[in-house]
Amino acid sequence: MVKITFITQENETITVEGNSGSIMELAVNNTIKGIDGDCGGVCSCATCHVHVAPEYMEVVGPPSEIENDMLELDDNVTEYSRLSCQIPLKETLDGIVLKVAN
Amino acid sequence: MDKSQLNDPFEKARLEKGIGHMNDQGDPVQMLLRLKDVRKAAHQWKNFQSGGEDIGRIVVPSEEKIRDIRQIPFEVDPPEHGEYRALVEAWFKRPLEDEYQEKLHKQIQSLIDRVLQMDSVEVVSELALPLQSRALTLLLNIPYEEAETWIGWGTHVFRSEDTALDGDKANILYKYIDAQIDKAIADPGEDLYSVLLDADFQGRKLTKEEVKGVMILTFAGGRDTVINVVTNTIAYFAEHPESLNRLKKEPEVIGKAVEELVRYFSPLTHMGRVVTADTHVCEHAAKANSRISLCWASANRDASVFEQPNEVVLDRKMNPHVAFGFSHHKCLGATHARQILKTLITVLADKSPEISILDAKENIEDLDQFKRKVGFNSLHVQFKYTT
Ligand code: HEM
Ligand code: FES
Repeated sequence: MVKITFITQENETITVEGNSGSIMELAVNNTIKGIDGDCGGVCSCATCHVHVAPEYMEVVGPPSEIENDMLELDDNVTEYSRLSCQIPLKETLDGIVLKVAN
Repeated sequence: MDKSQLNDPFEKARLEKGIGHMNDQGDPVQMLLRLKDVRKAAHQWKNFQSGGEDIGRIVVPSEEKIRDIRQIPFEVDPPEHGEYRALVEAWFKRPLEDEYQEKLHKQIQSLIDRVLQMDSVEVVSELALPLQSRALTLLLNIPYEEAETWIGWGTHVFRSEDTALDGDKANILYKYIDAQIDKAIADPGEDLYSVLLDADFQGRKLTKEEVKGVMILTFAGGRDTVINVVTNTIAYFAEHPESLNRLKKEPEVIGKAVEELVRYFSPLTHMGRVVTADTHVCEHAAKANSRISLCWASANRDASVFEQPNEVVLDRKMNPHVAFGFSHHKCLGATHARQILKTLITVLADKSPEISILDAKENIEDLDQFKRKVGFNSLHVQFKYTT
């Protein structure tokens, strides 16, 4: 089980656990506010935008070009922005903190 | 084996120039054809507006001459646009609720059961239209029987056989909505009309005119588009039974298949914007007060983003399509539309009927420089149980 912590726009901190799928799916299954995952994870809706805590950015890695093009035109984009549907859950992410961007 | 195919008429122009031209009733439109340009222009609402003075002008063909009611939130720009959307955003997410999904499933199941009994089915009028109308009663939260009235209007509420736009036909819808609003004022319920009438907007209630503007849009935006998706989906599975079999065995792919089919069909070809100040689009001059359009259908075949853009790849993983639009005005009905398509595929996969196309009349959109097949005016098929 991998532990993931989300901080919502209302500053609520929620820690959940999962072992497969993407971070977006984990968030949607746990009804994390601000992560809707409208397109089901195909990089078309940007309703799964998160800011990765800087110290975890290296493990998470940078967005692909297609993802980056989506992020570029979304609200509140920073250098720590990722679309959470594009981040598969894996052991190395255990303990990570993600801030919901919108 | 190619009746379900929708070709891409924009490829050459998209690659060579990035734009296309359409002369619509003397008010020309420069069509943006590349995905990145379409997205950017959709995002830049200050330069490319939806909420200008000329109501109906951002629709192509222009509805300026047949409509003087502003559609809300469609013909409003930020920041007001966001305030209107905030009133209805949660309402349009109701398709995610279990109860909604169960009712929708029952509706679609009973329609499919019925067509399975018929010798031949005209999909547009006998399946897609009733399906769309009945599902809309759920979205508006009104009695199921009301769908019969809408089915009676036929497939084209704004268009008739020989003209692209028909003001008289649109009037039927406007009068109907007026009457429904009056009814909701007299006897408020838990339907969308009543919710809108009760909503607080900038410290006041919405006017009847504003409520009408939202309701017209809900009827208009969700009609041809959904009918198109349902009809094209039936044609696609008729010619690709292997795909239906796969989705039966791998239901976890259905979500991706929904996105891919919507990308491939792109039921709404393009939508206009009015240029607010002299500028450039894709290196071509665009003058103040001229029109551009965001061509979702072309953007969705952009080979610089989509591998094998002209193929339906059911489990396409990266699929940043714009079939539901992009940025501020992205489709409010998308949750409902996605749920309809997901349910239809689930029911079809479960029954796995053999579907044969008996006769098809294509619906070709005339975009001046381009002719685009968007679907069918009629599609006769036969459904047969295989088990
Ligand atoms: C597969 C079906 C559908 C497709 C492909 C589709 C496509 C679109 C597109 C491309 C836009 C953006 C227009 C723009 O940027 O100017 C849009 C907006 C909109 N759609 Fe849909 N639509 C579909 C179904 C529906 C349904 C079922 C409804 C409601 C019953 C609906 C209601 C709306 C509304 C209200 C807007 C305006 C949103 C705004 O301006 O903020 N649509 N749709
Ligand atoms: S869920 Fe749609 S882009 Fe991530």
